[in-house]
Amino acid sequence: MGIANLAEKIDAKRLESSDDLVQLRREIQMRQDPNQVQIVVCHGTGCLVSGSPAVTRAFKKVLGETDIEAKVMPGVKTTGCQGFCSRGPLVTIMPQGIFYERVSPKDVEDIVEQTVKNGKPVERLLYKDVNTGEPLQTMDEIPFYNLQTRNVLKNIGTIDPTDIYDYIAVGGYQALAKALTTMTPEQVLEEVEKSGIRGRGGAGFPAGRKWRGAVQAKERKNQPLYVVVNGDEGDPGAFMDGSVMEGDPHAVLEGLILGAYAMGSEKGYMYVRAEYPLAIQHLEMAMAAARELGLLGDNILNTGFCFDAQINRGAGAFVCGESTALFTSIEGKAGEPRPKYVRSVEEGLWGCPTVLNNVETWANIPKIIDKGAEWYASIGSPNNTGTKVFSLVGKVNNVGLVEVPLGTSLSTIIEDIGGGIPGGGEFKAVQTGGPSGGCIPYKHKDAPVDYDSLTKLGSMMGSGGMIVMDKRDCVVDVARYFLKFLEEESCGKCNPCRLGLTRMREILDDFSKGCGSEQDIEDLMSLATSIQDGALCALGTSAPNPVLTTLHFFKDEYLAHIKDQKCPAGVCKDLITYSIDPDACTGCGACAKQCPNNAITGEKKEPHTIDTDACIRCGICEETCKFNAVLVS
Amino acid sequence: MQQTVDIESIIDHYPGVQESMVFILQDIQEAFGYISLENMQAACDHVGVPLTHAYSMATFYKSFRLEPVGEHEIHVCLGTACHLKGGPRIVDELERRLNVHAGATTEDMRYTLETVNCLGACALAPVVVVDKEYVPKVTAKKIQKTLKTITDNE
Ligand SMILES: Cc1cc2nc3c(=O)[nH]c(=O)nc-3n(C[C@H](O)[C@H](O)[C@H](O)COP(=O)(O)O)c2cc1C
Ligand code: SF4
Ligand code: FES
Ligand code: FES
Repeated sequence: MGIANLAEKIDAKRLESSDDLVQLRREIQMRQDPNQVQIVVCHGTGCLVSGSPAVTRAFKKVLGETDIEAKVMPGVKTTGCQGFCSRGPLVTIMPQGIFYERVSPKDVEDIVEQTVKNGKPVERLLYKDVNTGEPLQTMDEIPFYNLQTRNVLKNIGTIDPTDIYDYIAVGGYQALAKALTTMTPEQVLEEVEKSGIRGRGGAGFPAGRKWRGAVQAKERKNQPLYVVVNGDEGDPGAFMDGSVMEGDPHAVLEGLILGAYAMGSEKGYMYVRAEYPLAIQHLEMAMAAARELGLLGDNILNTGFCFDAQINRGAGAFVCGESTALFTSIEGKAGEPRPKYVRSVEEGLWGCPTVLNNVETWANIPKIIDKGAEWYASIGSPNNTGTKVFSLVGKVNNVGLVEVPLGTSLSTIIEDIGGGIPGGGEFKAVQTGGPSGGCIPYKHKDAPVDYDSLTKLGSMMGSGGMIVMDKRDCVVDVARYFLKFLEEESCGKCNPCRLGLTRMREILDDFSKGCGSEQDIEDLMSLATSIQDGALCALGTSAPNPVLTTLHFFKDEYLAHIKDQKCPAGVCKDLITYSIDPDACTGCGACAKQCPNNAITGEKKEPHTIDTDACIRCGICEETCKFNAVLVS
Repeated sequence: MQQTVDIESIIDHYPGVQESMVFILQDIQEAFGYISLENMQAACDHVGVPLTHAYSMATFYKSFRLEPVGEHEIHVCLGTACHLKGGPRIVDELERRLNVHAGATTEDMRYTLETVNCLGACALAPVVVVDKEYVPKVTAKKIQKTLKTITDNE
């Protein structure tokens, strides 16, 4: 539901005081009948891709044709990512909270008939417990959800992100009103310091300390101070920041306004990755709606406080997630990092004091102000307070967004919440921290996931990407993948990064072809050290991490490549052979039809064979075979 | 939506300061599919910087192109999740079928093949975007079908 619709229902006018906000919330809540049936359809990127818009359309159509009294006509609400993207499109029927997965338009009639009209679940669409096969009715019964502590993700999946009233109804902008009318900027700042929250986007620097430093610089230099949201989410394979901006844009905005109040800033920027059009759209709508209600812009809530923000779309450069590069990009130049002899809290945007925080960091601020620093600090562990959102992807059953207190073990996240790996058994490794992070093997599955423990393992928290690998994933290939990514994304300003990464990648290319020696491994290590010491920005200095951690934990796999010319995981093309298991092959011929080089022959209904010389090892036959008859060795 | 706006209206939308540069280039890219030399020059004149400045930006940021794109744009995701689930195989397959390298346009200007890093739909890896339509869980077979739909619709 857009703003236009709502304006008809409730008289939207500028809020002049914190009482006005309370009044508005009451009014909205009064109009929301808690017993009314609501059909909640996930419209996060994942579900949109798996087809939720057609489901929503089907609901509107079927409801339009059904004879339901206007008074009890169910509402259809669309939300941001509910986190369980691998099961999408997701539909929840409120108020009972009946949770349906993989809904298609043709299921809609049954849902309306059985659930909406008669309150009964459609069993085939319920989530089934992985172990017992028992159907579970509500989110609260599903381990994927009930083992999480959803704090930042709390609203996402329940509110309509394009509707400011929906946000206000669940307590939105309450923290802002509280801060502006009952707290001094200093008190807000102290609260953030006391919460202990550490930055959610990179190195985990305490947000309160960063803010304090910027305020001091501002006073000393007598310059304006800027607040900036880092929504660049460069980690390829992580989507939590995108989902937060998309699914709860007002939380990010409210956090930013609170920060601006605490630090005395009048202007903010949101730097958002261009690949997230929906996030950009929702943030734009959020800002427009907040301005209209007097929650953003001049004289906010009639308190005399003025602050406004704008969105800057990224243009496709990973390095622009780095603070100084991001500032250069906002200033309208190619986003190259600069040396940090002077910290950016002192000299950031246009040389002025600037505070850059990650999306999730900002989204936590309203909660800290609303519920208090003590509440926040009681979650997680000392020095690692609060919850963290992870994007759990790769070879794991429940792919999606997971939020847990810091200090939760890897195995809780991957095995209990994530449901383990497809086909069962142990996961091989998990990459945390994206391309700058490291690869942690199964034997450390009980390690607590917090900033300090991950660093000790040679990895890092990063922004919360978690990529699970199984025995069919090759660590040499993964290390090479990340190096290649960083090599391409290196801005080229400094030599250790520009030349060093290329050389490291070339060595790994050789390994993947079965060439190379143990001397090359030594060379890799020494290149890594030079890059760590010599590169200008953290893209370079952290780039060797994936190689170093895989070498540390999986040296045998490297040796198998260079000594035995074997890729044990069956990934590196030059080192594998495809064949067909005659016992499993049914002779259906599907693979032969797909093979681009006509390397597969055989009689119908008889086992087929692959001509190894003609085979280009594209892997399409393995992907095509329904009987797992294609073998890799 | 290509070629519907003229360059003046794009440029005049923004103040003539350097800060506007990314915005202007993005709008040109969006409207014309690429940034021509003339349009780049116009942007520079407006903002008051030398052409080299815009050129350095247009080559630094991945989303800018200096050449016109093909009729159909295909973006294959090679983010980590898609890499592990077979994205590279899809790139290979498309390179073979369309006879073009990733990052280039076919000679007949029909297809541009690009790779991207994560589209935020990792649960549905590997993902391909064909003319802004997302295709989830792509296989070699599915991609053939998609290509066929393109030809059939013409
Ligand atoms: C190459 C590179 C890329 C980065 N990308 C991001 C990013 O996409 N998102 C992000 O929040 N931080 C990113 N960072 C970290 C930021 O530089 C910065 O530390 C962070 O945004 C600060 O916010 P926080 O303290 O709230 O985490 C990146 C750092 C480097 C070196
Ligand atoms: S380390 Fe790499 S990305 Fe960073 S400034 Fe040097 S060349 Fe650029
Ligand atoms: S997009 Fe629907 S659950 Fe993630
Ligand atoms: S890695 Fe391909 S969508 Fe995220």
